[in-house]
Formats: sequence, structure tokens, C-alpha cells
Amino acid sequence: MMRFAKNDPASFLSSNMPKPIQFISFEGVTKRYDSIVAVDDVSCVFEGGKTHVLLGSSGCGKTTLLRLILGLISPDKGWVRIDDRAMSSLTRDELVAEMGYVVQEGGLFPHLTAQQNVSLAANALGWTDQRIADRIAELVKLVGFKDSIMNKFPVELSGGQRQRISLMRALMLDPPILLLDEPLGSLDPLVRDDLQQHLIEIFRKLQKTVMIVTHDIREAAILGETITLMTEGKIVQHGSFQDLATNPSSDFVTAFLQAQELPSHLQGFF
Amino acid sequence: MRRFTANCLSVLVLAALAIPASAQNNEVIRVGSKSFTENFILAEIIAQIAEETGEATVERKMGLGDIAIINAALVAGEIDLYAEYSGTLALAILNDQSLRTIDDIRARLAGSGLTISDSFGFNNTSAIAVTRELSERLNLRTISDLRRHPELTAAFGAGYQDRPDGWSGVSAHYNISLAGTRIMDHALKYDAITAGEIDLIDIYSTDGKLQRFDLVVLEDDLEFFPKYYPVMYVREDFIERFPRTWQRLNEELIDSLDDQGMSRLNALVDIDGMSLSNVGATFLQNDVKADGPNTRIWRDVAAHTVEHLYLVVVSVGFAILFGIPLGITAARFRTLGRAALMSVEVVQTIPSLALLVFMIPLFGIGQSPALVALFLYALLPIVRNTYTGMIGLDRQLLEIARVIGLNPWQTLRRIEVPLASLSILSGVKTSAVITVGTATLAAFIGGGGYGTLIIRGLALNDNSIILAGALPAAVMALVIHGGFEMLDRVLIPQGLRLSLNRG
Repeated sequence: MMRFAKNDPASFLSSNMPKPIQFISFEGVTKRYDSIVAVDDVSCVFEGGKTHVLLGSSGCGKTTLLRLILGLISPDKGWVRIDDRAMSSLTRDELVAEMGYVVQEGGLFPHLTAQQNVSLAANALGWTDQRIADRIAELVKLVGFKDSIMNKFPVELSGGQRQRISLMRALMLDPPILLLDEPLGSLDPLVRDDLQQHLIEIFRKLQKTVMIVTHDIREAAILGETITLMTEGKIVQHGSFQDLATNPSSDFVTAFLQAQELPSHLQGFF
Repeated sequence: MRRFTANCLSVLVLAALAIPASAQNNEVIRVGSKSFTENFILAEIIAQIAEETGEATVERKMGLGDIAIINAALVAGEIDLYAEYSGTLALAILNDQSLRTIDDIRARLAGSGLTISDSFGFNNTSAIAVTRELSERLNLRTISDLRRHPELTAAFGAGYQDRPDGWSGVSAHYNISLAGTRIMDHALKYDAITAGEIDLIDIYSTDGKLQRFDLVVLEDDLEFFPKYYPVMYVREDFIERFPRTWQRLNEELIDSLDDQGMSRLNALVDIDGMSLSNVGATFLQNDVKADGPNTRIWRDVAAHTVEHLYLVVVSVGFAILFGIPLGITAARFRTLGRAALMSVEVVQTIPSLALLVFMIPLFGIGQSPALVALFLYALLPIVRNTYTGMIGLDRQLLEIARVIGLNPWQTLRRIEVPLASLSILSGVKTSAVITVGTATLAAFIGGGGYGTLIIRGLALNDNSIILAGALPAAVMALVIHGGFEMLDRVLIPQGLRLSLNRG
């Protein structure tokens, strides 16, 4: 598997870098779907420039938090803010410039080539062909692709390649915030490990505010500088993996972490 | 963008195609006919006389369904004249039993812009016939004799049963009731009565098939039937515009045929299979050309192919232009969409022939009402498939389009329509193929196309003419289907086709 070029590690940041953000904050946020409370009075601050993991079983409300940041839904109660700006005051254009989005299985448009998928956002903004080509060249280097891959359709790519194209698409406008919903969820273990390592390097290089939704503890531990464990729409604990492991706020935290650990007799193999 | 330009182009092409349909040429004489042999022959004779006179080119609008259709055509000026019968004029068109003579009728028509000529001579009265075998077995000689046999059944041509000069008048006048009556095409009744499926039929007293099927006309002993003298039913402006033609028509036709003469001409077509043009020539004592079985019919097929294709292309073209946006709108605004979809579905439940007839009061006869009716029919598959394609799209993909910053129009054009293209195109394909079939009905209201041959073949009881209309229609449906299969390769995005093949 290719790695990005070691020389010139931060060149992709040089062009028109948008202002990094200080924090994303939730203040007493509640979101209901009919009678189901998806997010229940959540308050939390996510520091800018770091990689945060939202952890929990399916239905715990972690994806709803992500969708609230994306502005795809708005809270019934409370505020979501980026720095001192309330989400509700941001226009769609501002949101687009502010964040990139990666979903499970990539969410690539099947009728468009990798290149077309990646350049869609820039096209919509009316970038010149040259500017688009330059930016894609940077991104190709970042994720360690060959140019030839960019002319393929999603169906012709492997799962790992699709996720990288999806990441390139999310990074196209160089947004300060990157939101990933189970980005590795559908990959087989080898590809998954490889992409995990790769993502860590990319995030470190880019210094973006990254939020990753996952239910996988191993992934959370490897990727997350902070981990936010959720259940039933509430945050159980927010802190580093170290904090959660050594200083659990409740029995649930310990139970959740242990549930996915390997049986002791197998741990020696890893 | 390229595709959008192509769309604009197709609009222009369709608009250009639609223009000749509405263009009217004054130097054309349009001769109409109803759809039975005798009326075809009389119309052909009228047309040949008009052609010989040479005042204008002649257009034949043959086989215009029933009285309502051909009458609407005459009133609207879609045809200039046709051969009608005095009895039908009095009872079915003017609805007045007191109009006994041709002069009465002409006086009643005064001021309507229409008039009639004098009679051609024969009296093609409506009659009731049974097989000779049945007549002898039950001793049936007169219509009154039917009173003794309420177990008999009958088949009547469309409209005859309820017409005051048809069965409803006969049965009241004679106080007859039958075990059953049904409606059957003129051409099919003879086979049905010979096969013994039914016992009596309505027939014309000059019918050439009386001999062929060995039928006996029951005597009208209580003198119910009015006289049915054939006349030219004509627009007065035609007489003013083409005075020489009108004069020639009168010279050649008035008092020119007796019952036997007409029956003989009918038999030439029905029994000997002579072409209409040669029967016309026979009457006019012109040279009868050997009926090359192919030349005339193939020329007709070629002309009708153009008409048929025009009907299909224009109606489906407009159905695409309206149907796709309608389907998209329906998917966007669900409540409104359901209503729109339902009204399109209601249109589809109207029998196609009835829909065509509904168009007559609005658009007259000919190509325009046929195009409108076919357009309405072509809509449903396109709207339905567009709607289904649009609402079936992956919602996550649409969310991503939003997050990426595509506005609704860009999302529609770059994401939604391409992703739904498979479904949309299959709707268009279905619609086009169905329309090729439905368009054969356009001929019933003078819309032209292959149906013209089918109707003529039915009226003349000639299977080869029916096939000359039906086979090319089937071929056209196959060709259009094949054309769309190839178009799929161009219009459906490569990436989607790849995923289908691999999926």
C-alpha cells in the first residue's frame, strides 16, 4: 500500500487555508424523532484541531450529534456552536466551506468517476479547471493514489480505495472540520488496519478538527485524542481513552470497554 | 450541459414537426367516408370525379368511424363532403321523423352551412336479415314473423341498437323482443351469423354480401324503415369554392345507380376483392388497371408509416417533455404529486377509443385530437417511472449532495436525474412501444396512420389489408424498442451501467 510522499508534508495546506476553529460546543441540546429522544440534553465541548471519537452502540445518538454539526437537522432545544457562531446562524454556503463529510461505504455517486466525485463541490463553486486539477493533485499525493485511479467509477474501486476517494472529496475545499460516520465500518480487517494507520497520519498532518463516529473501541482508542462514550442519547463520559479505561465514570463505561476486548487467552497474540 | 442543449433541440424539432399538422391548404378537396364498403366506394367515386375535374388536389379521409365522428368532421371543415343517406340524416343527425323527403332535409339544413345533393338513385334501406336456412326452417318472411320467435339473438353494428332508425325503433314499431342482442363490427357479423352464433343482423339492402353469405332480407311489412337515398352531404363553402367539381359530381352521380347496380359494385369489392380505385374506375367507365396487388397498398403503407411515426414521435415527445418534469415535481411535493399521478392514472382508465372520441368536441377530427389523446395516454408510464425512480433514490446520497454544496437545481441535474435515468428511460421506452399500438386507433377519428389500413381491411373484410396495417405497426414497435435499447447506452451513465452489470 502506498503512503503519501514524505517530502513536502504540508503542501496541501498552503493554498487558501481556511481559519482553523477553536471548538465545537453543544449546550443543552435535545433532538427528538417523534417519541424517540435521540439526543437528550447533551452539553459538551470539542476542542478544535483535535481528533474526537463519538463512541457507542447503534441508536445511542452519536450519529445524531454528527448530523447536528452538519446542519442536516436542527436541535429541538439548546444550541450547537462552532466557536461563537450558532449553527442556526450559518448559511448553507458557510457550512459547506466549514466541513467535509465521509460516510460508511463512502457514499460516492455511482454514476460519476472518482475524479468527478472529488471535484463536484469545487465545480459547484465555479473553480477553474486548473485550480481543481491542482487541488486534486495535492489530494492524490495525500492519500497516496496513482492518477489513473481517478478515472475509475466507484464500482471499479476496492472498499479501501472508495473510502480514500470519499476522504478526498471531503477535503476538496480544505474545510477546517472533518466529520466521519463509521468510515471504516464496511472494510475487511486488513484494509481497515491499513487505512486506520493512514488516517492517523493524515489527521496529524492536516491539524483539522476531526469527529469520528464509531462503535469500535479499538478504532476509538487508536484514532481518538478524546473519546465521547454515549448511551441512550446521553454522554456517559468524555475524555481520553486512558481516562475511560482507568477512571470510568460508571459501571457502564467499564462494561462497554470490556465487552469488545479480546478474551484474555487470546490477547497474547496481538 | 450538453444534454441540456440536446433537450432544447428536441423541443425545437418537435415544435417544427407540429406546424405542418395545423397548416391548412385551401386547394385541397377532402372526401370523407364512413367505414363500410358502400361508403368507401361512393367516396372513392366522388374522389375520382373530383380528381378528373382537376380544380384541386383530393385527399381521401376514409373510414371515419361512426356518425358522430364523421358529422363532427364535416361541421368542423376537416372534410368537405361525404356520402350520407336521407334516412340517417333525418333520424340520426337531425333527429326529426317528420323530414320525409330530400327537399325537407335540405330545407332544414338551410343556414347551417351544410346542404345535400339529390339522390344517387338506389334506396339502401336498412334491413334485417337472417340466413336462408333459418328463414326456411322457421318460416321467417317478414319482420313481423320475428314476434313468434323471442328465443332468437341478434348482432348489430356499433350504434345501430340504440338509434331511432335502428333496432330500438324496429323493436318498438313491431313490438318484438329478442333473447339477446350484441354489438359487433360490420365485417364480423357475417361470419357470426353463418357460424350460427347469432340469428339475425342488421344489413343494408344493397349489401354485396347478401349473395355471398346466402342471407334473406325480412320484408318490412309494417313499413318502419324510412327511405335511405344516398346523397352528398356537403359544406356550402365547398360548392362555392369548387363549382365545376360540384357540377361534375352532380352530373355523374345523381340518378346514376339502382339497387342492383350498387349491390354489384359492393360485390366487386366484397366478393371479387377488386380495389376501390378500380371499382371507382369501373363505375366511371374508365380504364380498369390490373389490380397489382402490391403497388397501391405498399404506397399506402409507406404514407401511413410516415403518419404513424409522426403520431408516435410527437405525442411521446411531448409526453417526455411534460411527463419527466411532472414526475420529478410529484416526487418533490408528495401531496401534490399523488394528485397529479392520480389524474394521469384516471386518464389511463378511459378506454382509448372513448378518449379519442372525447377529443372531437375539443379539437375536431384528424391529427390534432389524435395527438392530444395519444399524448395523454403516453404520459402515465413516463410520469410513473420518473416518480418511482426519484423517490427510490438513496437518501444518504442526496444528503451528501447537500453537504457538498450542490443547490437543488444542481442536485437534480447532476445527481438525481442521472441516478433515476434507468427508471425514467424504461418508462419512456414502455410509453413509446404502447403508443405505437394505441396510435392504430387514431384512424377512427381521421388521425391517419396504420389504423387507416386496419379499419379499411375490417370494413372490406380483407385480411391482407388488415395485415398491411398491423404488421408494420408491430415492426415499428420492435424497431422503436431496439432504438431505445441503443439509446440507453448513450443516456444511462457508464458508472451506473457498470454497477448494474457487476451488482
